[in-house]
Amino acid sequence: MSNNTDYVLELENVSKSFPGVQALKDVSLKVRKGTVHALMGENGAGKSTLMKIVVGVYTADPGGTIKIDGEPANYKNIGASIKHGVSMIFQELNPIPYMTVAENIYLNREPHKGLFVDFKQMIADTQALFDSLGIDNIKPTEKVYELTVAKKQMVEIAKAISYNSKLIIMDEPTSAITDKEVDHLFKMVRTLKKEKNVAFIFITHKMDEVFQITDEITVLRDGQYVGTDLASNSSRDKLIAWMVGREITQMFPKEEAEIGDVIMSCRGLTRNGVFKDVSFDLRKGEILGFAGLMGAGRTEVMEAIFGYTKLDAGEVYIHGKKVNITMPRDALKYHMALLTEDRKGTGCFLPLSIRDNMTVASVGDYTKGGFIRKKAMEKVCLEQKEKLAIKTPSMNQLIKNLSGGNQQKVLVARWLMTNPEILIVDEPTRGIDVGAKAEIHRLLSMMAKEGRAIIMISSELPEVMGMSDRIMVMHEGKITGEVSRKDANQTLIMQFATNTYVS
Amino acid sequence: MARNDSAEAVKKSSKEVWSDIFNKYGIIIILFLIAALMSVATGGMFLKPINLMNVVRQISFIGLIGVGVTIIIITTGIDLSSGSVLALASVAAATFAHPAKDAAGQYIDAVGQYPLIVPVLVGLAVATLAGVINGLIIAYFELPPFIVTLGMMTAARGAAFLVTGGKPIGDFSDSFNFLGAGFVLGIPMPILLLIVMTIFSYIILNRTKFGRHIYALGGNEQAAIISGVNVKLIKIVVYGYASMLAGLAGISLAARIESGQPSAGLSFELDAIAAAVIGGTSQSTGGIGTVQGTIVGALIIGVINNGMTLMGVNSYWQQVVKAIIIVGAVLLDKKRRKS
Repeated sequence: MSNNTDYVLELENVSKSFPGVQALKDVSLKVRKGTVHALMGENGAGKSTLMKIVVGVYTADPGGTIKIDGEPANYKNIGASIKHGVSMIFQELNPIPYMTVAENIYLNREPHKGLFVDFKQMIADTQALFDSLGIDNIKPTEKVYELTVAKKQMVEIAKAISYNSKLIIMDEPTSAITDKEVDHLFKMVRTLKKEKNVAFIFITHKMDEVFQITDEITVLRDGQYVGTDLASNSSRDKLIAWMVGREITQMFPKEEAEIGDVIMSCRGLTRNGVFKDVSFDLRKGEILGFAGLMGAGRTEVMEAIFGYTKLDAGEVYIHGKKVNITMPRDALKYHMALLTEDRKGTGCFLPLSIRDNMTVASVGDYTKGGFIRKKAMEKVCLEQKEKLAIKTPSMNQLIKNLSGGNQQKVLVARWLMTNPEILIVDEPTRGIDVGAKAEIHRLLSMMAKEGRAIIMISSELPEVMGMSDRIMVMHEGKITGEVSRKDANQTLIMQFATNTYVS
Repeated sequence: MARNDSAEAVKKSSKEVWSDIFNKYGIIIILFLIAALMSVATGGMFLKPINLMNVVRQISFIGLIGVGVTIIIITTGIDLSSGSVLALASVAAATFAHPAKDAAGQYIDAVGQYPLIVPVLVGLAVATLAGVINGLIIAYFELPPFIVTLGMMTAARGAAFLVTGGKPIGDFSDSFNFLGAGFVLGIPMPILLLIVMTIFSYIILNRTKFGRHIYALGGNEQAAIISGVNVKLIKIVVYGYASMLAGLAGISLAARIESGQPSAGLSFELDAIAAAVIGGTSQSTGGIGTVQGTIVGALIIGVINNGMTLMGVNSYWQQVVKAIIIVGAVLLDKKRRKS
């Protein structure tokens, strides 16, 4: 090849400051050819910023050096980095939805026949590419919006390979795909690294995967380099200590709460084609876990109970009385709250302040004669900020400037301020760092102790087992099992979740 | 070395202070700069109190519409119908604004045929109805606001011509004329209406639950629904309110020119949208915008128009200059938001 270095990527003393923030300070990172390198750290540690510098989304402050294949590289944009064999697959994938897979892959380098695009050739090229990668479940002519997240990822990887990438950076590649899809992804990664000497950088929070797939691990904290180690040399505890700068002794501080009467009963809930005949009871002081694979219909059940979507059949009883909830406003009247899984899509008001984000559901409680009593409202906001340890200098700060963990805490505060009896939380700790995660768990425990009833959907088995008093397991829109806290183990839950349980 | 560092730190922070000031008051600074430029270019003519009063009076109609459309744009909507609604309200009010007649059939100017409240309420009601129809279609049929209000723009204009048979309606009672030409505490009526409605809108937007929910709807409609915000009601009220303001402008304009014209307010909606956008209301992202910003935006448009007229600039050129300033202001605003 063109050079004799062992490293595909070498960063030395890379710094980046944004107005008022030093995002990265003197970070160094070396990635060997044909290896998988994990980049870990709490949210806000600077992982994504660092990678965006590599691919030219951001420009580093003067002073550091970036080398690709031993050559200095300062790409001005993503286009330039792709041409040099460095691709980044972002967390929010952004292909063009209404174009085909083939069109997306060959965007801006379409094969031509005379003046016109040669679609036949394009499709054939795409198919050949897929064949070489062992992708057999995506057709080149499918429209991208019809693909699942995992398939979109495959398309992005295929695209990167079609550019002869020698380094592919993936930002939380497994945060939204099923375990089976993760296996498929990892198989492909292993093949590419062995056969084509492609190196990967995984930005990730998930410990299991780190040990499963990566060769080396680098940890950043507060924009600074903490350390690099071989995966075979590290341990979970060591990495967590590196990331947070402190040992976390207990990940799931579940405290026993007194479990009281049934507060909500659901009977035969059905939404045609989505979920069927879902029945369960929820008790005061209880954390009821909902486990299952992606697409099992857990989120959809909760959205329907909350009135965000419609039920085709079934009844919901609250305090023994049948209720008719047709929109979220009704649910709020019954003191329900729903922390959605899609923080950006259905949670945050990104252009608005923390104050507005926190008070939107309860602002009516702070009015007198129609006018908001600012002082009274501010007092409660500040109390929530203290209670939840939200890191912000001011309530006027825009929520989009907060880290994911802090955004999530603001949303938790929003619902706490409505004083809910029934709190539904959907993947409450997805994509947030370990510190914030522990705090969210502490809060959920505390709320249960206060006598609230909590439903927690979680796709992380340790979380759902660590936090729940009882676990309902769903598979393809049906409840396939119920497990008590003391009987819960990963195997049993997975058997229910895959509907392979034999009694 | 250390001294050097600290000197640099101070320098940086003073730069930051300036950028903070610019971020916060940028548009006002631009207004004063343009006003200063106009003052010099017109040899001080621009600064005469009577001229300044004129500038504000000229923008008061655009300003009223602008306040309404600002609120709509905050919800990620748009209203193209306000100019036509203004015309419809002005002719509807004009129809009921004639003076009473004496036994000989002569007008008694001092006395209206109906009490003043009648033409005012008719004008406002017709306008509000148009807006509520917009809001209902947008909220319940989920059609794009651009298309719905484009339709209303045509329909309301047509209705205005139908009401009058294409002719202007004149001969108003003195009390009706007062709404456009009168003074209260030395302030011309149109300006007073603008001030009152701006303050009212400001308070609603910032100090009430309804107002905060408007921002929430604009910031993220789905999150607003889940947070229990009544987004359909908000849409209906917001479009109704904006149209009511257009109606108010129409009544005041008819009274000021002593004629209800079906062709009044042509393309006012575009100037109003421009004022909102210059004033920092974001067309691309909802949830961002203020009514006070829109007033400053309207003043910038007014100052440019007035200054160039005083300077004798050809009116076609005026349009070109205005366009450059609108697009420039948005460009500047985009840059500001990025930093």
